[in-house]
Amino acid sequence: MTLIDLNGLTKAYPGVIANDDVSFDIDVGEVHALLGENGAGKSTLVKMIYGLVKPDSGTMTFMGEPFAPAEPRAARLAGVAMVFQHFSLFEALNVAENIALGMENPPKPQVLSERIRDVSTKYGLTLDPDRLVGDLSVGERQRVEIIRCLLQDPKLLIMDEPTSVLTPQEVDVLFKTLRRLRDEGTSILYISHKLEEIKALCERATILRRGKVVGTCIPKDETAKSMAEMMVGAKLMTPKKSKTTFGDVLLAVDGMSLKSLDPFGTSLKNITLNLRAGEVMGIAGVAGNGQDELMLALSGEALSDADGITMEGAAIGQSGPTDRRLRGLLSAPEERLGHAAAPDMSLIENTLLSGFHRQKLGRRGFVNKAGAEAFAQKIVDEFDVRTPSVRNVAKSLSGGNLQKFVVGREVLQDPKVLVVNQPTWGVDAAAAAAIRQSLLELASGGAGVIVISQDLDELMEISDTFAVLSEGAMSTPRPAKGVTVEEIGLMMGGTKV
Amino acid sequence: MIRLELRTDPSRAMVALTPLLAVLATMIVGGLLFATMGKNPFEAIRMIFWDPLFGEFAFYYRGQILIKAAPLIMIALGLSFGFRAGIWNIGAEGQFIMGAVIGGATGLALYPLDSFIVFPLMIVMGAFGGFVWGMIPAFLKIKFNANEILVSLMLVYVAINFLSGMVTGVLRNPEGFNFPESRSFQNFPAANNAELWAGTGIHWGVLMTLGLVIAAYLMLTRHIFGFNIRLAGQAPRAAKFAGVSPNKMIAICLGLSGALAGMAGLFEVTGPAGKLSTTFPVGYGFTAIIVAFLGRLHPVGILLAGLLLAVTYVGGDIIQSKLSLPKASIQVFQGMLLFFLLAVDVLVNFRIRFAKRGRA
Amino acid sequence: MDISIVSLIATLIVAATPILLAATGELIVEKAGVLNLGVEGMMIVGAISGFIAAVNTSSPFMGFVMAAVAGAILSYLFAILTQVLLANQVASGLALTLFGLGLAALMGNSYSGVKPPSTPKMEWFGLADIPVVGPILFNHDLMVYFSIFLVFAVWVFLKFTRGGLILRAVGENHDAAHALGYKVVRIRVLAILFGGACAGLGGAYLSLIRVPQWTEGMTAGAGWIALAIVVFASWKPWRLVLGAYLFGGVTILQLNLQASGVDIPVSYLSMAPYLVTILVLVIMSADRTRASLNAPASLGKIFHASS
Repeated sequence: MTLIDLNGLTKAYPGVIANDDVSFDIDVGEVHALLGENGAGKSTLVKMIYGLVKPDSGTMTFMGEPFAPAEPRAARLAGVAMVFQHFSLFEALNVAENIALGMENPPKPQVLSERIRDVSTKYGLTLDPDRLVGDLSVGERQRVEIIRCLLQDPKLLIMDEPTSVLTPQEVDVLFKTLRRLRDEGTSILYISHKLEEIKALCERATILRRGKVVGTCIPKDETAKSMAEMMVGAKLMTPKKSKTTFGDVLLAVDGMSLKSLDPFGTSLKNITLNLRAGEVMGIAGVAGNGQDELMLALSGEALSDADGITMEGAAIGQSGPTDRRLRGLLSAPEERLGHAAAPDMSLIENTLLSGFHRQKLGRRGFVNKAGAEAFAQKIVDEFDVRTPSVRNVAKSLSGGNLQKFVVGREVLQDPKVLVVNQPTWGVDAAAAAAIRQSLLELASGGAGVIVISQDLDELMEISDTFAVLSEGAMSTPRPAKGVTVEEIGLMMGGTKV
Repeated sequence: MIRLELRTDPSRAMVALTPLLAVLATMIVGGLLFATMGKNPFEAIRMIFWDPLFGEFAFYYRGQILIKAAPLIMIALGLSFGFRAGIWNIGAEGQFIMGAVIGGATGLALYPLDSFIVFPLMIVMGAFGGFVWGMIPAFLKIKFNANEILVSLMLVYVAINFLSGMVTGVLRNPEGFNFPESRSFQNFPAANNAELWAGTGIHWGVLMTLGLVIAAYLMLTRHIFGFNIRLAGQAPRAAKFAGVSPNKMIAICLGLSGALAGMAGLFEVTGPAGKLSTTFPVGYGFTAIIVAFLGRLHPVGILLAGLLLAVTYVGGDIIQSKLSLPKASIQVFQGMLLFFLLAVDVLVNFRIRFAKRGRA
Repeated sequence: MDISIVSLIATLIVAATPILLAATGELIVEKAGVLNLGVEGMMIVGAISGFIAAVNTSSPFMGFVMAAVAGAILSYLFAILTQVLLANQVASGLALTLFGLGLAALMGNSYSGVKPPSTPKMEWFGLADIPVVGPILFNHDLMVYFSIFLVFAVWVFLKFTRGGLILRAVGENHDAAHALGYKVVRIRVLAILFGGACAGLGGAYLSLIRVPQWTEGMTAGAGWIALAIVVFASWKPWRLVLGAYLFGGVTILQLNLQASGVDIPVSYLSMAPYLVTILVLVIMSADRTRASLNAPASLGKIFHASS
């Protein structure tokens, strides 16, 4: 029996058709996968179902009735619930208040707290209604979202990339919950680009590429590779590294602790690592365990004890970003727009962020515009950044192209040590492969590279040594070869129950 | 149904066009306002915008325009750097006053010394007075995270009271029959910022302003300092990534704008105003905020905007005397100008789309 | 020196009320995530509008009503600029203040020296005759009690109602609130209108009761002090009362010192309220963690629904 039927949905934005004549249906009690790369149009599609975006054309039917929600409220009343990828939560409010905000007619606070406790025990999702959401881990925050949905007894539950923020053990708990919901008759639209998960969980899959449905399949009957090729539309090569011998220690962090300035941030505790020339060190961990803080401490945006960090023997804990860059320690933060690049500035101007001093793009403080333009052009050429011109502003580039620009800007400055945070987050597969390849080549050339990432597959693919950040503390780096996903899960601290 | 659509690249044409649109809209609505007050709107608008430049007495008014434009531009230049970086010094009026008091007091202390060193020393001390007054909010912001908007504004009232304490106290003219005012700088040649060429309105402050416009232009467009300022305003985290210290930025922006406002105050008190008195503050520090925005925080724009606002000041005097309109009407006019500018600014970053109702 | 503590407290309440009214309005505005720096402008337009209405109708009540309406109308300009046309909130607030000061001066051109109708005090059936407590608590006009009631109402609204929860959510994270389907812009516009009406009332209290007459620029920074008191209160309604009364106390004390002929020039005594405001700001902002925990996280940020 069909729960929801999508028919010819089309939605265009200036310069891009996000969804082009998309049709498929979901049965009652089915877990249906929506598969596609970043930018394939998955988010726009679910926003139409949830009433956040109105389709330009096309129709939907829900339980046999025409369905055109004018706003999320209407979608919720009809029985559609959604767990967002970027949670729609309020840090300064408590769990119960957050849940009440997502309900149409919330009961009295005491009654609601009771119901939250009931549902969370029933589905094995432990949660205290009185805690501030800002104090919760990312996995716990997702539970808030899920419980908010479950309290509405949804007929269709939409989950947007739910596992990207979870440890492997937390993923298991989530899947148990989802299977139980399915058995109770709830349909689930499961959005992901992780193929193994889809094989494990979903009955059917619809694959989107550049806004169009390019295929439907039964995941159990497919291989991960065949689905990946449908999703990407081309065969992918895996990056390779040519050399595995290491040189001297370049960057040493010795028992560094640092208090986070963000009231909801994570403080770093006693971080120790030694990065050698030619080494790629992967640092895994679920978001919110101190990745951003570690990045800031290494880049020089946050200062620590002088002796806490040494670069080729020199104490640099108290040196700012400019000084560290001149010594050869470069970095590429996670957030592309607003941190690694200024959204409203041209690519030329964006070279100045990290290149002004190290690339000598000026004299006596006066900017050498021609030099900056040439450097920007070099990045665009060598890293295949697709942009009409280097004069375009950073925010006009797609995520993958801007990320190539940001990584390229650092790699082309010949760093001795490069620290990158989430280098391929939200980036399409082809760009991700190119970025990983460039990091490996950099290491092969004798630089040390630290990759902080939540993507375990990525880390297993490129790391020589491997460590895990958990609640601001880091495990001792160990050789990456032979580490299993289960072991990593345990290092991450496992599931909090 | 009107809808706003984000532009991927801000429109350069609109950046230049919107101030003109704002002036036009102000003329129309201002004209309507004058009409409701029973005056001929066309006559009033002509008197404000045309007569100061090309009217019968323009030979006199033109000099007046320069005299009024110079402090507005000088203050606005300083403010524009901070505003770009998201550091809101709105207490320029206080820094203007303190520059006049400290610089003026320096000169008065040396009275009647006749040395070429007196006036330059006063300029330096005037800038220093404004600098100190600007550094107070900077220090409190860096050290205690106190909001610079509120602190700098509170300090305006403190400065006004300080000025009145001074001119009724130690700086009162000993030969002045107990009026609350200082000795006149016009009678103190070494400290007098007189017109350099009679009837032109050009004094040392006007020349200094021109020099500062050029320097600010070079800083903003060619120097890494200007780049860092823009970066800090547009993307504060990216600025930290680039190695720009937010605290240093706060200190530089507030200190610089304070020093320029202070210097403007010194030129004003030794020249056009002639002496320290309780009626010395006339709101240049606040009008300069309008100048800075109307000039798009760009030195050349500020130069033009400062001249325009000076025209409206002179025009305001004209309608006050000829149409017996209250002095406040020109203040309303200037406020409206900023309103309309902010309103039409939306065109820079957004495209306006008209869609049929029901299909938004 | 002859300063009676009882009359001091009674007058400080009167001195504090305009600021308390304006600050209560601004608290709601900021809780919704909007920073309206135009309080000073709205207050002074409220002061003159209320004054004109009261003089022409001989009814202080009509004065207060019109002041609230005028404040709300002016704030609506700010709402259009910042919520519809997405203008910078700091600049728009400044524009509002500059425009308001000019507009008020223009409106009040012919009202200098006019005496407004006097506002009667509340009748508490003789309670006002009780020594000490009577003059302090039971010898005020209606607006003093209204201002306290307003704080109470705002407290109840924010803490116990769904509307208050939604308002706080919008101020905390407008994108999330939008994703849940709340009308961010509409909620903020309503909050701004409320803030404008409250500022207007505060202004009218100055011109009709506290002074009572019209003079140009009579708010003399009261609107800015109201903004500072919201920070002082860490966005908590009851602390507004404390902040406003503390400020009122300093004002009254320095006025009494002036009157009693202390050997400090008047100019320096007049600085006191402003210096105390700075001091209070410094003390309350110094603890960065607490300040950032209580401040609405979306305060002053521009919201544009991109999807």
